[in-house]
Amino acid sequence: MNKFLKILLIGFLSLACSSLVYAERIVLEGSTTVLPIAQKIAEVFMQRNKNAEVIVRGGGSGVGIASLIDGNCDIANSSRSIKDTEIQKAMSRKVEPKAHVIAMDGIAVVVHPSNPIKGLSKKQIKDIYTGKISDWSLLGGEKGKIVVISRDTASGTYEAFNELALSKAKVRRDALMQASNQAVASTVAKTPQAIGYVGLAYLSDSVKAIEVEGVPPKKETVLANKYPISRPLFMYTNGTPRGLVKEFIDFIKSPVGQKLVEEIGYVGLK
Amino acid sequence: MIVGLIKEKVYCWLFRILAFSSLFFLTGIATVIFIEGIPVFKEVSWLNFIFGKEWYPTYEPPEFGILPLILGSFWVTIGALFICVPLGIGSALYINELANPLQRAILKPLVEILAGIPSVVYGFFGMVILSPFLQRFFKLPVGLCALNASIILGIMATPFICSIAEDALSFVPRSFREASFSLGANRWQTLTKVVIPSAGSGLSTAVILGMSRAIGETMTVLMVAGGAAVIPKSFFDPVRPMTATIAAEMGEAPMGSAHYHSLFAIAIFLFLITFVFNILAEIVSKRFRIKLGLAG
Repeated sequence: MNKFLKILLIGFLSLACSSLVYAERIVLEGSTTVLPIAQKIAEVFMQRNKNAEVIVRGGGSGVGIASLIDGNCDIANSSRSIKDTEIQKAMSRKVEPKAHVIAMDGIAVVVHPSNPIKGLSKKQIKDIYTGKISDWSLLGGEKGKIVVISRDTASGTYEAFNELALSKAKVRRDALMQASNQAVASTVAKTPQAIGYVGLAYLSDSVKAIEVEGVPPKKETVLANKYPISRPLFMYTNGTPRGLVKEFIDFIKSPVGQKLVEEIGYVGLK
Repeated sequence: MIVGLIKEKVYCWLFRILAFSSLFFLTGIATVIFIEGIPVFKEVSWLNFIFGKEWYPTYEPPEFGILPLILGSFWVTIGALFICVPLGIGSALYINELANPLQRAILKPLVEILAGIPSVVYGFFGMVILSPFLQRFFKLPVGLCALNASIILGIMATPFICSIAEDALSFVPRSFREASFSLGANRWQTLTKVVIPSAGSGLSTAVILGMSRAIGETMTVLMVAGGAAVIPKSFFDPVRPMTATIAAEMGEAPMGSAHYHSLFAIAIFLFLITFVFNILAEIVSKRFRIKLGLAG
């Protein structure tokens, strides 16, 4: 028994040492929207590059950027571009955030499948979310209160939607704030009078994605820059990437990496 | 001889450290939430923090008013009490006073199993089964509301209340009941005039602890309460309790930002509320021990 424990201990120690000596390690942190991409890419990257260790942490876009500024990660995932206040903070710490667009995402506006509404204008969406319109009959639907569903105010998806669709207006106070894309999708699927918004990867048959300004949320329309509520997804590095960080970013931007991005449900760059 | 003495000393210290570790944890947690929470009061006065009606922590300028969150917590908790108090106390009375040994042998473990179900399972139940039901039954626009959270929290708190209340009832000395019977009182009179009053403080402790469980529950309210930071006007409105706000937003609030500090400030408030509840429970249960002559 004792001998067995010793062998086990030695095994662990040598494993720990070898990983310390050989593996190069990079840390990614931030946006839950970018998280599935980062995880998948990290997985494949580590298979191809045996000496690399890629650690992916979630959080939010703001958490990732703050972590990059504090030097706690090598790459910050973000579903929005960096804010001026964040740049100032970074400069004061001698960090130079450099943006890399790694994919595109459309934010689809979704309603219950039974809802007759086929499309809305950006103005109408804004009026719904700010509380000016609160009954479906005003939009040509059946009479009934509109149940407004949104993401939590700290999420990157919320910030992108808030900027692109609402021009930073305040969302009505009685909107249901859900903690994830999935929670928004499943609440809309169960609530006939609901309206919500999710990333393209979260569309399914249980919700109906409507056209915005006459454009359906699809990979093609996002890529052609026609769909109005679309955004780039970013990875931020400190200065021009070098070494393993550069290899990682290059891998995401490569055809193989972009194919993986598409597989997960986001829009690859062309 | 000496070895034995040293051994005894060592054990004594070991257990002393273990016993005091909870004190360390408590002071540690309290210190951290106060240190991290207080900076937000540079941005907003504590009066505006507690009585402000607008919760927009990420806007420019941010607004940190947690009144809707406090009221959300209280609505949900009060609703839960309407369910867990009758159910919990009622089942405790039945198990202790009326059930025969076989029924007791079945009921008690069943109640304990109910207490052991993880809260996320309750939340899932509320989301998938109760929410569509409420929506159809009351013709609501959305089933995620204060009522849904109250029902689920009520069911969750029931086993706690039942178990503590049952203990309180079993502490009532047999002689009390015998005296009552010997005076010619029937079972119902004995129960209402003797047993319940003498277990009274124990029963109220059960209710207070049930309340403190309901107000502190997080996962379930995050899933079923709806999450709208608006002052609730009825049980059919979606609400956003304090715990759900912390759980939903902590992951995405950058460390050191005002938003981050404001979530800790909510935690301070929550901590104080549960602290008061626990002190109340302690005071009440102490009175109960003295009344029954069990105090040292």
